[in-house]
Amino acid sequence: MKARVTVTLKAGILDPQGKAIEGALKSLGVAGVASVRQGKVFDIEVEGVDRAKAEQALTLAAEKLLANMVIENYRVELL
Amino acid sequence: MKSAVVVFPGINRERDMARALKFVSGKEPAMVWHADSELPKGTDLVVLPGGFSYGDYLRCGAIAARAPIMEAVRTHAAKGGLVLAVCNGFQIACEAGLLPGVLMRNARLKFICKEVFLRIERSDTPFTRQYNAGAVIRVPVAHGEGNYVADADTIARIEDEGRVLFRYTAPDGKLDPAFNFNGATNAIAGILSEKRNVLGLMPHPENHVDPAVGPTDGRRLFESLVSTLEAA
Repeated sequence: MKARVTVTLKAGILDPQGKAIEGALKSLGVAGVASVRQGKVFDIEVEGVDRAKAEQALTLAAEKLLANMVIENYRVELL
Repeated sequence: MKSAVVVFPGINRERDMARALKFVSGKEPAMVWHADSELPKGTDLVVLPGGFSYGDYLRCGAIAARAPIMEAVRTHAAKGGLVLAVCNGFQIACEAGLLPGVLMRNARLKFICKEVFLRIERSDTPFTRQYNAGAVIRVPVAHGEGNYVADADTIARIEDEGRVLFRYTAPDGKLDPAFNFNGATNAIAGILSEKRNVLGLMPHPENHVDPAVGPTDGRRLFESLVSTLEAA
């Protein structure tokens, strides 16, 4: 089963990398970009077919390692 | 003083640290591999040194913080044992939950390697008892992620509890945004745990201990540890 965990910065946390990307997009002349926040995507292959179990495992993975809960939020999706 | 320096893959400051510990205390520290699950018996100071553990993959310090040895380090700290966490070690200690907050990318996105000025906020700690509170020392930094961030409640709590031990300042000890080179919240360079037995700091006091290689402003931090442990 394919799954995706998306990790994003919490609102209010300064994101210097996002700001730099935002600046670069503006200098490239890409119109209409108001702001950029950078995050991470983890594509994960889960063993077995039990969706509830997979979701549980991925939540554990996100909270124990993939996201730093001090500054980041995460979202688990089973694809 | 029986110290143990934890060695993670990708760490590169462990020898500087071991040399400083030996230079000041006269005793060779134990080098402890990250995959071990126990600290040497009788360890009274654990050091998490600087470097680039696991190539800074995922987040700086994130993977090292989950290494087998960290459970023993956590137990050591919970019992009131001293932990000194420098640079990548500070990032590891935050990721491991030994210290609050997190070290983010430097505000201007540059890796910064230079000497900076630190104001010592208090001298009544095991790490700074040989300094005077308010003194300004010069020590090197070398990091790309040293911008200390925590939520507003955490910042208020550590400030109220007097747990900010070092701040980036001008040479005269005044706060000045121009000298807060990495953009850290409240110019925080180093913080203590709630029980004041764990210190995390971004600068490298271990590099300024030997007059043969330059200034010795970092030396008193190690002398403080030695005198704390001798008094105990």
